[in-house]
Amino acid sequence: MKCTEFLAILDDVIDESIAAQTRAEIEVHLRKCGHCEVVLDTTRKTIEIYRCHEIYELPSEVSERLHNAIMERCKKAK
Amino acid sequence: MSTIQSVAGQDEQHPDVALVERVRAGDVSAYDTLVRKYERQLFRISQHITQNREDAEDVMQDAFLKAYEKLDQFQGNSKFYTWLVRIAVNESLMRLRKRRTGKMVSIDDDIVTEEGSMPRDFADWAPNPEQNYNQAELAEILKKTIQGLPEGFRLVFALRDVEGLSTEETAETLGLSVPAVKSRLLRARLQLRDRLTRYFKKKTPAVAPQVNGAEA
Repeated sequence: MKCTEFLAILDDVIDESIAAQTRAEIEVHLRKCGHCEVVLDTTRKTIEIYRCHEIYELPSEVSERLHNAIMERCKKAK
Repeated sequence: MSTIQSVAGQDEQHPDVALVERVRAGDVSAYDTLVRKYERQLFRISQHITQNREDAEDVMQDAFLKAYEKLDQFQGNSKFYTWLVRIAVNESLMRLRKRRTGKMVSIDDDIVTEEGSMPRDFADWAPNPEQNYNQAELAEILKKTIQGLPEGFRLVFALRDVEGLSTEETAETLGLSVPAVKSRLLRARLQLRDRLTRYFKKKTPAVAPQVNGAEA
């Protein structure tokens, strides 16, 4: 497997939707290629870091205000 | 298709469907439960698109109201959440269009750029790199980095990787084909990775300056 072939299926590797045969080829490639190993590892971390850290927080007082406004408008719309 | 709710049989029903039925029967408190369940996600998605807090607050309210008014049109063959997200995405795009003085805003257009299809920086990251920043600094880095992505990439990443929609649901929500979502997702992930590497890569140890004659 070449680096370009690995990168073409990087998303499938991350999403774990890879056939067993291809997985074995990937493992062989990663043992030889430090760059692809770093790309895989740091791309996984990129996704994880965005999942774990809420960058657009909704403070509870704002949430409560918006929630009340929504329900008020819904009741009027009935 | 992954959005079908009753795959295993008629008896298996998503809890949202029961709540929707109660709302349809006139029980507004059931809608209160649905709003509480999804308000944070809708706010985040609206903020990802509009990149403006006030707009995101307005979009979130408008989207929930619109969903309430159109509840009869929800057919139950897709998840209520996906249906709600689609309304919020459309409301957000409309809001953007207003702000950009009527200029058409669309994420359907294919993004003609090869940028980001190949990684450029191969430096490894430090272990637990986020610990090198406080919460506010980290939030700023993550925000600045994702805001730098093209709109069509940013939205696919936000829906698929942050909000946890499937590839098919993301495609359906954004009106894109599955291959288009996959192509954008790969580029979004690689571009974000490249940009975050600037902040998170392992620090190379500083080389001690050599001073002539200073050492024995």
